[in-house]
Amino acid sequence: MLDRAPQELQADESKLRPVAFRGAGFTPGGGRTSGWIALALVLALWQLAGSAGWVNPLFLPAPSAIAVAIYKLAVSGALWQHVSASVVRIGSGWLIGTVAGVIVGFAIGLSTLARGVGITFISALFPIPKIALLPLLILWLGIGEEPKIATIALGVFFSTAISVYSGVDAVPRNLIRMAQSFNVPFHAIVRRVVWPGALPSILAGFRITASVALLLVVSAEMIGAQFGIGAFVLQAGNLMQTDQLLAGVVILSLFGLAVGKAINVLEARLLHWR
Amino acid sequence: MDLIADHISHRFGSLDVLDNVSFTVASGEVVAIVGPSGCGKSTLLSILGGLLRPSAGAAELRGAPPADSLNPLTFVFQDFALLPWCTVKANVEFPLSHTALDAAARRAVVDDALRRTGLSDFRSAYPKQLSGGMRQRVGIARALAVRPAILLMDEPLSALDSQTRELLMEDFIGLLADGAMGAVYVTHNLEEAVRLADRVVVLSRRPGRVREVVTISMTRAERGGIDARGKLLALQNQLWSLIREEAIDAEREVQHA
Repeated sequence: MLDRAPQELQADESKLRPVAFRGAGFTPGGGRTSGWIALALVLALWQLAGSAGWVNPLFLPAPSAIAVAIYKLAVSGALWQHVSASVVRIGSGWLIGTVAGVIVGFAIGLSTLARGVGITFISALFPIPKIALLPLLILWLGIGEEPKIATIALGVFFSTAISVYSGVDAVPRNLIRMAQSFNVPFHAIVRRVVWPGALPSILAGFRITASVALLLVVSAEMIGAQFGIGAFVLQAGNLMQTDQLLAGVVILSLFGLAVGKAINVLEARLLHWR
Repeated sequence: MDLIADHISHRFGSLDVLDNVSFTVASGEVVAIVGPSGCGKSTLLSILGGLLRPSAGAAELRGAPPADSLNPLTFVFQDFALLPWCTVKANVEFPLSHTALDAAARRAVVDDALRRTGLSDFRSAYPKQLSGGMRQRVGIARALAVRPAILLMDEPLSALDSQTRELLMEDFIGLLADGAMGAVYVTHNLEEAVRLADRVVVLSRRPGRVREVVTISMTRAERGGIDARGKLLALQNQLWSLIREEAIDAEREVQHA
């Protein structure tokens, strides 16, 4: 434009031209149709590769073979046996870890003494891969369900405690001062100001601890269990039954998705004010 | 009930914020506190309201609070301090939940506070659904619900646009008209100070000391008239002349910090 002759510029000045729009992009929408289409395309391609014999089914069974494997597992009843064993372990471990984590997290968030002691211990113990403690827990608690549940509970506990005290720290202090200025008692401030204020962080923590619990249950079951999705996947791998192995992986994925959905529902109900 | 600032000094670590501040807010009186940025106005208000322990001196009360007052010293906050997970009604009811009032009495008090602040139609709304002005009205309704003897207002209009400020200023004047309720009004806005206060306490720059106390001899009703504008402007100029040099120094200090 700078190269043009002065006459040309003068001619342009008499014309009306629209201001160029420069505000496009950086606002990704929430549409999910494209996601479903992409998933369907990948599955179709995968199925085609399997059916056409492009890949060895031993290394990568086709989606239809995995679906058949899941169907056979369901019909034989083995699916429920494995899933229920895993769900009981996850449920118990997650509940114990969450209750303990919420109590300790609130104590750290509200008490100077608990903060001093708690953060030191959490900083020291949180980085330890909890599955490494399973042999020790077996020694302490025996070879039954307890060590697996304890491993999951430990993994869930640390993440929960951290998300809870971070949530308590993030509650705007002006809201606490406001409540104090109206002589609202301590327990009521915790229940009516701190708890709801920390809830977004606590629920975000639930999302993480659900994944941690799933990871740990599979690992623990691979180390020492007869039933459970982890044990089933390991067994299928040892026998080179890759369709069954991937069936286990799909079930784990569906389980993770279901937990994620449940947390979405919980968030929609409890955090509707956001 | 009188509120007395009795030789209050305060320091945050090695930083002296307030130095030997003394004045009295008589029953039903409105006292504005003005001064350059960082002179300790909000700190002083927190000390007067019992939210901060002073390093020296004390905030004291003289005389009994009104019999029906549920919280004699009640704050109205600059940032509204509303619970975002509660509706307007629940926010106004919040300080009443821990009083001896039964459910029916609480409902009546909340209804009255909402009516006085023009919020009756917004009782089910959440704070995020309201404008800044409406949110501050909720803060005022919540304060009125506990029937305070003295309102402690920390720059209550500073987060609002000028039109909303004007409307809320009119509301404050109306609420304080009968003299039943006193107020300590912290502001950096000298126009607000001269329109609302009976006396203006001018603090020096940090550490804040009482530099001068300016008495405004007109009633608040008189200040609304056109004739009063000149006098109010003169008062405003008088206050500005007291603050100006130190406000410039304070601003430079902030920029260099």
